[in-house]
Amino acid sequence: MCVALPGKVIETNGMVGKVDFQGNIVNVSLGVVDAKVGDYVLVHAGCAIEVMQKDAAEEIIELFAELETMHNES
Amino acid sequence: MKINMAHGSGGNATRELIRDLFQKYLTNEYLEKMEDAASLPGSKYPLALTTDSFVITPLEFPGGDIGKLAVCGTVNDLWMSGAEPEYLTAGFILEEGLDFSLLEKVIASLSKAAKEAGVKIVAGDTKVVQGNGGLYINTAGLGFQKYNQSMVSGTVLPGDAIIVNGDLGNHHACIMSQRMEIINNIQSDCANLGPAVKEILQSGAEVRLMRDITRGGLGTILNEIAESKNALIEVEETKIPVDPEVQSFCEILGLDPLYMANEGKFLCITSQKDEEKVLEILQNHPLGKRARCIGHILNTDKFQVTVKTRLGGRRIVDILYGEGLPRIC
Amino acid sequence: MNLETIIKEIGEYKGPNLKFMEVCGTHTASIFKNGIKSLLPTGLKLISGPGCPVCVTPSAYIDKAIEWAKKPDCVLLTFGDMMKVPGFTHSLSEAKAEGANVEIMYSPHEVLKKAGSNPSKTYVIACVGFETTVPVYSLLIKQLEENNISNVKLLTALRQVLPALEFICSTDSEIDAFIAPGHASTILGSDAYRNLALDYKKPFAVAGFEAEHVVIAIYDLIKQMEKGKHEVHNLYPSAVRPEGNKTALETIDQYFTSGPAYWRGIGTIENSGLYLREPYMKYDAGSLGLSDDADKQTSKCRCGEVILGKINPDECPMFGKACTPLKAKGPCMVSTEGTCGIWYRFSDRK
Repeated sequence: MCVALPGKVIETNGMVGKVDFQGNIVNVSLGVVDAKVGDYVLVHAGCAIEVMQKDAAEEIIELFAELETMHNES
Repeated sequence: MKINMAHGSGGNATRELIRDLFQKYLTNEYLEKMEDAASLPGSKYPLALTTDSFVITPLEFPGGDIGKLAVCGTVNDLWMSGAEPEYLTAGFILEEGLDFSLLEKVIASLSKAAKEAGVKIVAGDTKVVQGNGGLYINTAGLGFQKYNQSMVSGTVLPGDAIIVNGDLGNHHACIMSQRMEIINNIQSDCANLGPAVKEILQSGAEVRLMRDITRGGLGTILNEIAESKNALIEVEETKIPVDPEVQSFCEILGLDPLYMANEGKFLCITSQKDEEKVLEILQNHPLGKRARCIGHILNTDKFQVTVKTRLGGRRIVDILYGEGLPRIC
Repeated sequence: MNLETIIKEIGEYKGPNLKFMEVCGTHTASIFKNGIKSLLPTGLKLISGPGCPVCVTPSAYIDKAIEWAKKPDCVLLTFGDMMKVPGFTHSLSEAKAEGANVEIMYSPHEVLKKAGSNPSKTYVIACVGFETTVPVYSLLIKQLEENNISNVKLLTALRQVLPALEFICSTDSEIDAFIAPGHASTILGSDAYRNLALDYKKPFAVAGFEAEHVVIAIYDLIKQMEKGKHEVHNLYPSAVRPEGNKTALETIDQYFTSGPAYWRGIGTIENSGLYLREPYMKYDAGSLGLSDDADKQTSKCRCGEVILGKINPDECPMFGKACTPLKAKGPCMVSTEGTCGIWYRFSDRK
């Protein structure tokens, strides 16, 4: 439905800011998130739509662990 | 100063343009004669002849410009057929409004690239058309086929290795960054592949074929090879080299490095026994530090290209459909 | 568990036949790119849902966009994947070749600079998207208002996920469970699917877009089916909160309101569209009532049934004849990774 990618906020200026995606710096609208420099935000079409709670690798490791308990016969 | 229609009139303005810009950077015994055609010495080797046109915008980009690109693109095509480039022609189509200083930079860069590649520009032409400051270059390249012994048969065999000389997608990502105003340090890989290719060909390795991975990207080139050789090709996703900065750029815009253009990358199919040998030559060469074997020819009884994915799944790789544009979906 | 054991368990599934729908077009792309279908057992099929906003825009919308792009002193800005979507006669790509002013954007916000420096031109933005993209347009209107920019217009084809899912669930569909879209859920929240799960007794897994995310979601849905559960599991908690992004939802509500919308190949679904509210209609470029309902050619398209999992693409009378990847009619052919597109390109070589 929508291509979006997490990147690190490196500059904020009111509603807009700059986000770094592994060296690619993009101007991003920050109007619907409460993000500060250093946060990772999920960016879609030049707009941050959420502040990321953790990174994907970490999340996937946790999900693998959770699946086990979630679906274990009990 | 800017180019105007008078520069294409054939009159005084044209003569001044040629004298002040083109002759300043491009001179040799053939051009100096100012004849309608260059008279060139023959060779004991078969000739290889190629042509290419360069229409890139922006005209200058990190890692090169249209002048360097025109030389590298043309000589690379010759090297891919095992021919050492000797002579080039260059036809310039200038749009009115083009900056003199920019044109001068491009010509200087083309001249430098030609010297480095060891080719002589032996014929040239300039035309001016209405427009908006653009510049297009058409070239022809002539080479002597000194090194194509192992490629003559044109066949590939099951087990043959598919080697690329480094990271994919840099040129395309670099050009698109300029257009999309995304700031990064991605440079075009625009390069004359000659030195690396020559070492491979002189090593005596069994090279089946070589192709430069330009327009359409690796996915399209692999399909063309598979179709012409009726081969089943399988590559491994995790072995395809892509720089993390380029990978991230692609993910922002929803692009696939498999279909992105390169200007200093080539694919070399070698016999299985010479896979290591070719890899070693490349990895010890500045043009191939990140060279990898990305896959193999599995058989030659049907035509298909597949990728083994990171998950261990398989999918078919098609040719590029459409333009490879940024997407939201 | 780890990736290998999950893939192995999925591959060894031997229960009753299952059909899961990945609602979102970006999931479809991820499933394709990662070769996930090749890892599935024969009893499990993935059906691509209607969640590609580009693919479901009606032909009438494309025609309207072209009409603007052909006007002098007018520029149409669009996402790249809209270029090849067919109108009744032309795509934007074909119209551009005929001289229409079409420019490709990464972000709609690029228009602010352009419109400011070229006040004599009118910029029309082809605003497609689901809930994920609507906040982008909402913030843009806010900027237009604040900066008094009057030479920008929005041609909207905005769609909402929940009414579409409601439509699929309420129609006699063969979908057993849903992989819910990741980034639309970032805005909507994972709780948004609770009522659907309860009402229609279908499990939902909200998933991210890494290959692992998708595989985890498939595994979760199999397990839910095996145990007769129909819960909503948020398997993308890094980006999706149960309640969603409230600021974004409020921003959407401030500028947009629901209305009926036509989905290419499917038809009109009540309340599935979003349109500018009255105070902001001055920015609208004619987005109301764009429907292909009256078109005979389009009405033969059976993408609706393909999406509902009822027929295979080659059962559609237009498949491979009037409808091919280069001259696509329905959404499943328009998308490179769409069910019909993949079927067409690869079935003869399988």
